[in-house]
Amino acid sequence: MHSRKSSGFTSTHLIDPHKWVARYADYLYNYALKRIKNEELAKDLVQETLLAALERMDKFEARSSEMTWLTAILKNKISDVYRKKLAASPDVINISELDPFFSQQDGHWIVKHRPVEFEMEPEEPERQPEFMEILQKCMTKLPNLWFAVFTMKHMDEKTTGTICHELSITPANFWVIMHRAKLNLRACLQKNMN
Amino acid sequence: MDSLKKIYCNCRRATFLIEKKQIDSIRFNEHLELSFHLVCCPACRTYQKQSHLINRSLRELITGNIPNEPVLDEQFKEELQQKIIKQLDSE
Repeated sequence: MHSRKSSGFTSTHLIDPHKWVARYADYLYNYALKRIKNEELAKDLVQETLLAALERMDKFEARSSEMTWLTAILKNKISDVYRKKLAASPDVINISELDPFFSQQDGHWIVKHRPVEFEMEPEEPERQPEFMEILQKCMTKLPNLWFAVFTMKHMDEKTTGTICHELSITPANFWVIMHRAKLNLRACLQKNMN
Repeated sequence: MDSLKKIYCNCRRATFLIEKKQIDSIRFNEHLELSFHLVCCPACRTYQKQSHLINRSLRELITGNIPNEPVLDEQFKEELQQKIIKQLDSE
């Protein structure tokens, strides 16, 4: 199973797998946890990343740093998780049909969903931690796919084309998802802050 | 006139454009359409303000220093270290 390192030996001299856990495990764990709200899954991904990296040390190029290289492997694993979640959630397809926010007739806000000013001022320094906590809670309530796309866009700042490609969705679906995710997130904030 | 009103007063469309504008560019006529809508729709003005706030906050959440960053437990790390050593030895 294991690839022999003989031919890649010169390019692996800057790699030191014995130090990976001590140097990068916590960093990778945090990176994963911010994108996947599941501690067990995040741990698994860290482990899978390091073990996968061992197998392909001969592909490591000395011009990138170990950390960048390991993070890239982790990113791919996270995309895999998103793709699997996507395959398992049929909520995507009917997305344009369920629209609780606006009137079917004229597209106006339905009264109970109409945005109002938050009662507390979220950017006041003393209120900000509370706001951030509510925001994080609301993020976890977004359905799988919305969460995946939203995270890739806003956390990883990926291009629309890349996200569509990685998740196999159309650009039209992408925009519907971004719109719907924000509507839900904002509604959740309003509900919890007022 | 009725159809014009329909286009300019559609909050679903306006909020869609608000989102699109923050990520990609929107066309000139879409820009006009949105501006026109926002002038006469306080609810969507509030939406826009809060939508911008959410994006700023999300970026902060990722780039900022979070107090008490979670760390892996030592036992997990030790086991992982052993797995790595074992795999290295087997090569």
